[in-house]
Amino acid sequence: MELSGAEILVRCLKDEGVEFLFGYPGGSVLHIYDALYQQDDIKHILVRHEQAATHAADGYARATGKPGVVLVTSGPGATNAVTGIATAYMDSIPMVVITGQVPSAVIGSDAFQEVDAVGITRPCVKHNFLVKDVTKLAETIKKAFYVASTGRPGPVVIDVPKDITDPAIKVPYHYPDKITMRSYQPTVKGHSGQIKRAVDLVLIAKKPMIYTGGGVVLGNASEELRTFVRHLGYPITTTLMGLGSYPASDEQFIGMLGMHGTYEANMAMHDCDVLIAIGARFDDRVTGKIAEFCPDAQIIHIDIDPSSISKTITVDIPIVGDVATVLQEMNHLLVTGKKQPQKKALEAWWTVINGWRAQQCMSFDRNSDKIKPQAVVELVHEITNGDAYVTSDVGQHQMWAAQYYGFEKPNRWINSGGLGTMGFGLPAAMGVQLAFPDDVVICITGEGSIQMCIQELSTCLQYGLPVKIVALNNRYLGMVRQWQEFFYKERYSHSYMESLPDFVKLAESYGHVGIRIDDPKALRAELERGFAMKDRLVFFDIVTDQTENVYPMIAQGKAHNEMHMSPHSNCELPQSPDRELS
Amino acid sequence: MRRHIISILIENEAGALSRVAGLFSARAYNIESLTVAPTEDPTLSRMTIVTVGTERIIEQIIKQLNKLIDVVKLSDLSEGAHIEREMMLVKVKAATMSQRDDVKRLSDIFRGNIIDVTPSTYTIELTGSATKIDSFIEALAEHKILETVRSGVSGIARGDKILHV
Repeated sequence: MELSGAEILVRCLKDEGVEFLFGYPGGSVLHIYDALYQQDDIKHILVRHEQAATHAADGYARATGKPGVVLVTSGPGATNAVTGIATAYMDSIPMVVITGQVPSAVIGSDAFQEVDAVGITRPCVKHNFLVKDVTKLAETIKKAFYVASTGRPGPVVIDVPKDITDPAIKVPYHYPDKITMRSYQPTVKGHSGQIKRAVDLVLIAKKPMIYTGGGVVLGNASEELRTFVRHLGYPITTTLMGLGSYPASDEQFIGMLGMHGTYEANMAMHDCDVLIAIGARFDDRVTGKIAEFCPDAQIIHIDIDPSSISKTITVDIPIVGDVATVLQEMNHLLVTGKKQPQKKALEAWWTVINGWRAQQCMSFDRNSDKIKPQAVVELVHEITNGDAYVTSDVGQHQMWAAQYYGFEKPNRWINSGGLGTMGFGLPAAMGVQLAFPDDVVICITGEGSIQMCIQELSTCLQYGLPVKIVALNNRYLGMVRQWQEFFYKERYSHSYMESLPDFVKLAESYGHVGIRIDDPKALRAELERGFAMKDRLVFFDIVTDQTENVYPMIAQGKAHNEMHMSPHSNCELPQSPDRELS
Repeated sequence: MRRHIISILIENEAGALSRVAGLFSARAYNIESLTVAPTEDPTLSRMTIVTVGTERIIEQIIKQLNKLIDVVKLSDLSEGAHIEREMMLVKVKAATMSQRDDVKRLSDIFRGNIIDVTPSTYTIELTGSATKIDSFIEALAEHKILETVRSGVSGIARGDKILHV
């Protein structure tokens, strides 16, 4: 079978099992768009800005575990996609981005809509390719999917010059079933000796702590994690990226850790004697002050990426491997071995932890005459039975969503954790809704973030995506305002949002439903009314308390036991309560 | 802080060099010298990087290099017995009889070769470890060095140990 480059490209995507292609046409990809027009296996989703194409593909990937696929044109098409590529890179999301390029003959001549896409994206991709020969196109696409979705996943860019997709040049088509690369062979199985040592250390712990991250979600290891945690009876915390990998309602789950983690999770981190880090990368938002991170702990670290190990925190027992595979082996050793966890010590440890829990660090004012953002998230959880897909943007609303939604399942919490990309939430929700048309998909956002990709309301109308947008509108760039309050003596420099649009009218003008809520008493009824509209996009513009802050908070560069606490918690000392308790 | 010589076998693809160079600049690693050229297998290039860092940084550099998809194999030559060589071309002012005699003598002592001669200059080719090259430059202190070109370090392990696919 002889096909043109454009036909090969589309055919490869089909053979790879791609359902959706998020893209935007332009000069350099016109041949490809012509080939897309003549088939109906792959559904192309026309976004309104290339950034949204990458975020939508990213959201799709996070919810399904399958790589998201993007097609954009050369020049501005490629540069607009960069933010989304970097977002996926920071959170290790599998994605294949095809960028058009000017014809090979004019590359380097500053041609119209020419940028060095391979050069620009190099620092924020797992790998990238420039296709120089149409006979190598199919193999390159296969490699791209293979690299993107194996090992530690990540985005891969394929830059395709226009002449490569020329409809007049036909070459034989063959899509390889398998590919091997001598330079890329990711480790799957962990070192057995290390795993044995780790299990031995786990079992002598007196104050153990399990700290898990996005690697558990990406590695599809929630089942194995649950078996591990329940067998041991140890406390578990997750990072922002790991939420949902262990059920939030479980007694052993002591909340998220880090800058806005719970009091009990951060204190337990500080005091533990054995830390079991699983698919987490000791990010600065998690560790706080490196010198005082888990000062008394021996650390076990399971990660698929060798470069994550001992990058910021030196660990005692590193295990490089796929999280699910390693946990299976550990579970097997735990079940078949004779040794049991230190029961007495563990009971004492839980008593201490439950003492921290009693501080009720997540309390907030429930009698306010203003709408509290935390209450909104709690209500949204209740109305959706905690079973929705929740995307978010970046800022205070993101933290409240993470803290108060209570994720029970993996792949349900979709946010830009690493790069912190405002504008991510709405397009990501589109990708999720396309993958799961019958599920409830919510975008929890703020009035600042939502305006960064607001144009996608149009895409949502075109494809009938009934996303529920919950905008916590406090007329401030809330997280910036909070830092200015705490660390800049309340000098609120450019954090106030003036001249906001009427979001209800805006939603309506895009053909959707807008609901404005400013009375706490009306909150439940209005949310229920909006969520009942199953087949409509509803934009909830919720006027919330402007002064509310995210608590607890560890200031940048401080240790886990130096938290600012909410005035509504039972904690009397706002800082360094550690000394009082221990 | 210790000096390390890292030898890399990398796919001989366009952009492979920029991936390595970009990694060093993006992560703020030191790079003292970098050399690259194809090997006997035209699909592979051999790269030698001289870098300085704490053990922790060197460990990260090696891990990050290994993570690059184009890197096939690498080894830290400084971990074992190895040989390093660098080549320098240096153009020195040699106008008077005494200058010419002295430069020639120094070149002989360091086992350099004078490969180009004009009435006012000598150009010397010198091969050796980076330290030897540094010493030669120091020895030339009394003379006017017009130009130096250093190849950067190439290295290879001693004995049977090889870096091969």
